[in-house]
Amino acid sequence: MATERDYGELLTLTFSTPMPYEWSIGKYGSLFFHEIRESQRFTGIRCPQCGKVYVPPRRLCAPCFKELDELIILPNLGSIMAFSVVNYPFPDPATGEQRPIPYTYGCIKIEGSDNIFNHVIDETNVEKIAVGMKVAAVFKGKEEMQGNIQDIRHFRILG
Amino acid sequence: MDNIAIVGVAQTKYERRKKDKTYYDLVFEMTKGVLEDSGLTLEDIDNVITVSNDFLDGRTISSMAVGEAAGAGDKNISTVEGDGTFGAFYGAMRVLGGFNTTLVVAHSKGSEGDVKHITNGMFDPIFQRLLGLEAISASALQANAYMDRYGVREESFARVSVKNHANAKNNPYAHLPMELTIEDVMASQKMADPIKLLDCSPVSDGAAAIIIANEAHARKAKTKPVWIKGIAHCAEEYFLGDRDLTNPKSLRDAAKRAYAMAGIADPLKSLDVVELYDAFSYMEPLWLEGLGLCNPGDGPKLLDDGITTMSGALPVNPSGGVLSSHALLVAGLARIIEAVLQLRGEAENRQVEGAKTGLAHGINGPCGQSHCVWILGTEK
Repeated sequence: MATERDYGELLTLTFSTPMPYEWSIGKYGSLFFHEIRESQRFTGIRCPQCGKVYVPPRRLCAPCFKELDELIILPNLGSIMAFSVVNYPFPDPATGEQRPIPYTYGCIKIEGSDNIFNHVIDETNVEKIAVGMKVAAVFKGKEEMQGNIQDIRHFRILG
Repeated sequence: MDNIAIVGVAQTKYERRKKDKTYYDLVFEMTKGVLEDSGLTLEDIDNVITVSNDFLDGRTISSMAVGEAAGAGDKNISTVEGDGTFGAFYGAMRVLGGFNTTLVVAHSKGSEGDVKHITNGMFDPIFQRLLGLEAISASALQANAYMDRYGVREESFARVSVKNHANAKNNPYAHLPMELTIEDVMASQKMADPIKLLDCSPVSDGAAAIIIANEAHARKAKTKPVWIKGIAHCAEEYFLGDRDLTNPKSLRDAAKRAYAMAGIADPLKSLDVVELYDAFSYMEPLWLEGLGLCNPGDGPKLLDDGITTMSGALPVNPSGGVLSSHALLVAGLARIIEAVLQLRGEAENRQVEGAKTGLAHGINGPCGQSHCVWILGTEK
């Protein structure tokens, strides 16, 4: 007769070794970050078929399946299309350190572009943020920049 | 399309931490369970689809570790890395392609990794991942855009949470059956504005399996076959900023194709029950709009008018939905299973009386980047 067996305490195994990875940023992505460092400005790219401007620049307009090469300079200005004030802890993926909460994510339409750019907005009071508000990019100092998305410090609400 | 049917289903109870079970255990138990349900033996199964994700399993080519537990030792086996509805879709295609019977099994244990890190890993590492976006914050942006576009109020989302957690009380497999009020949801912890804790699905451990058979083999099963009348999936752009988050275009496209296959002109009239992927409360009304069950912006009205409640004309998520049980990847397969149980008349306390046509729905990617729609019926 089988009886209930005592397996003792249920054990687990923890793996916590980092598994590093090196992503290629590509030509257009590299140019996007170089322009931010050299000139503190955004670069977009225009589709020759539908005219849509994408930021950051990429090789392909997906709906047209058309290869892109017409780079254009865009202003550091945009408007808020959506936002969320985040209140739960999550480490900064770049450093692994806990970032202070709250912080605010934004969907931002850069002037002169047709898609939406995601970044952080420097305002955590929900009452002071609204869809449609104008924002400007604030960059890190040139010597602090590392060629990644955090070279843009955040977007600041104008006016 | 040839007649194909779902002839067996199995699912675990969904719970926070299944410390006593490995992936292997879960897949083995579901394989045994689905064979038992169908009355078929492993010899009747000629191919197997497993559904798993390497980040979730903490293992490269995670599918290779569970094939034998799925009984695939000597069988043709393949894998889908994505929601279970998509794995089942591939399984259905294989039956249409000449196999007799496909066993589809999905598993996940969100308790073993860190789901926020794993969903952060969905995003483009160069332009988005470093910002820290993951499933909750990305969904909050979608909910905010939805509210702004149509003037939807947070209370409407809270109402979905109240309904689905209450429905879960009738589902013995549910992780979070709860009696809530709109005030409870509104007062719950702010996660990412406008999403509060009780607007979020839990992270559950669980597994599920189904068997899909062609007509000749469906007759061998002991269960009442549930026929696959229409299936479709569509995807849209990867970057959130390339999409209109308030208009689930790929869901509209998938639903249109699935309805056309099933010969459905008026889904609100033809469907008896819907099980959809409500990972967050706002998703239910938004996906109902995408499914063409109301006009854009009118999703919340379906619940306000009582249509989607258990006593309404079209109950949505009688099981409690994903809001009350969310084993990643498994949750979509669970929607199919719940629809099958409804159509077999075996949904017990959560049964929608006389259900003959059901819809099951799953999503992949942040904010519903792709959608898979299933129309199931009791008649060929």
